[in-house]
Amino acid sequence: MAFWSVFGTILAALATLAIFSFLYKDNPFYRSAEHIMIGLSVGYGLGQLWHLGFKQFLFDPLFKEARYELLIPTAIGMLYFGFVHPKTRWLIRIPIAILMGIMAGFGLGPGMQASIFKQVQGTIIPLFRYGLTVGETFSNILLIVGVFSAIVYFFFSWKHKGVVGGVAKVGIYFLMIGFGASFGLTVMGRISLLIGRIVFLFQDLPKVLFGG
Amino acid sequence: MKRSLPLAIVFIGGVVFFISYFVPHYISEEILQRQIMVEWIKVISLFAFVIGLYSLIHLHVNKIKRKVDNWQYSILTLSGIGVMFIVGILLPEKFNGGIQQGSIYDWIFMNLQVPLQATMFSLLAFYITSAAFRAFKARSVEATCLLLAAVVVMLGRVPLGETIRSITQGFLDFPKWTQWILDVPNTATKRAIMLGVALGMMATSLKIILGIERSWLGGSE
Repeated sequence: MAFWSVFGTILAALATLAIFSFLYKDNPFYRSAEHIMIGLSVGYGLGQLWHLGFKQFLFDPLFKEARYELLIPTAIGMLYFGFVHPKTRWLIRIPIAILMGIMAGFGLGPGMQASIFKQVQGTIIPLFRYGLTVGETFSNILLIVGVFSAIVYFFFSWKHKGVVGGVAKVGIYFLMIGFGASFGLTVMGRISLLIGRIVFLFQDLPKVLFGG
Repeated sequence: MKRSLPLAIVFIGGVVFFISYFVPHYISEEILQRQIMVEWIKVISLFAFVIGLYSLIHLHVNKIKRKVDNWQYSILTLSGIGVMFIVGILLPEKFNGGIQQGSIYDWIFMNLQVPLQATMFSLLAFYITSAAFRAFKARSVEATCLLLAAVVVMLGRVPLGETIRSITQGFLDFPKWTQWILDVPNTATKRAIMLGVALGMMATSLKIILGIERSWLGGSE
């Protein structure tokens, strides 16, 4: 096996063990690995930013395709550097204002379409229809009750008393079931990552080091 | 000027882009929504990332300069950034530079960053289990709902759930129950939360456009 492949596997194993050492207690190996990870992640982002960001969206269109209109967003983006001096610091508000304005305006229209209309549309489902089984009808009723009661729970303009309080209580049960399911999925995701690391340490690493 | 100009830009940008969504015209579809919304925004955002990077480097350089507690670790962070910068951007492709597959940048990513991140996240398995033990103590009906849903989902997603189904001849069908929990109560919950978030987002957007919400301008003049 090539030297770099073996060396890479050993490096990966050392990195894995350094992070796992935190299970005993906070120690310099863990801290070093943690800081290296942050540095590498930022460095990785930097490489992506340069090649898939600046080169792809700015330099290549600007210099190879002569799309000089891109100088306008470039000039706007350069205003971010105004923050280096106290007198020009306020200039940073201009690119932020442009992004905020566009995002806010765009969020109102398509945001309403994607997040409200689509969700309401998905909730308007047949309760009783020829061909629906009892189980499907029950699930559909439960879905509508769940959405409605959970929304009522989040509605704080009325006091949660009487009928509103009762509906909100049902909403809490739905929320708890939903959070429980999400928690279960998260736990399973983490456990599967842990299994992956254990398999690497006890199967892949010995194979690379000792063959087999 | 320093505050009114950004507020005017937000107002004009917000109103123009909101209206453009409802107007099927070349200017709104091609120029506003494709060119400005997609291309220009990307270019402007690129510079914001540079500012973030500058802040991080500045923070760690200051830590080293002032020799604050644990400053030595900042050297490691800066070294990580520096190494990736050199191999990913400065080093020519003929010396295995760049970000393509097989480059040094890719080798470091695969052999150091991926294991570090995967292990870091897998570490959470231990802490999430301890948190689960505390959260799932069935002291109330709500906590019982949480516990039952989580247990069913966890059993439904592992081979043990399938085994239990086979042994009980389909009586305890955890995979099927998991799917039902995800399709019905979980969907209902997510939908309600999403509707709430969307309404909140719209209200905030409106407040930003109308200049009622000004916290993004910062405190100083």
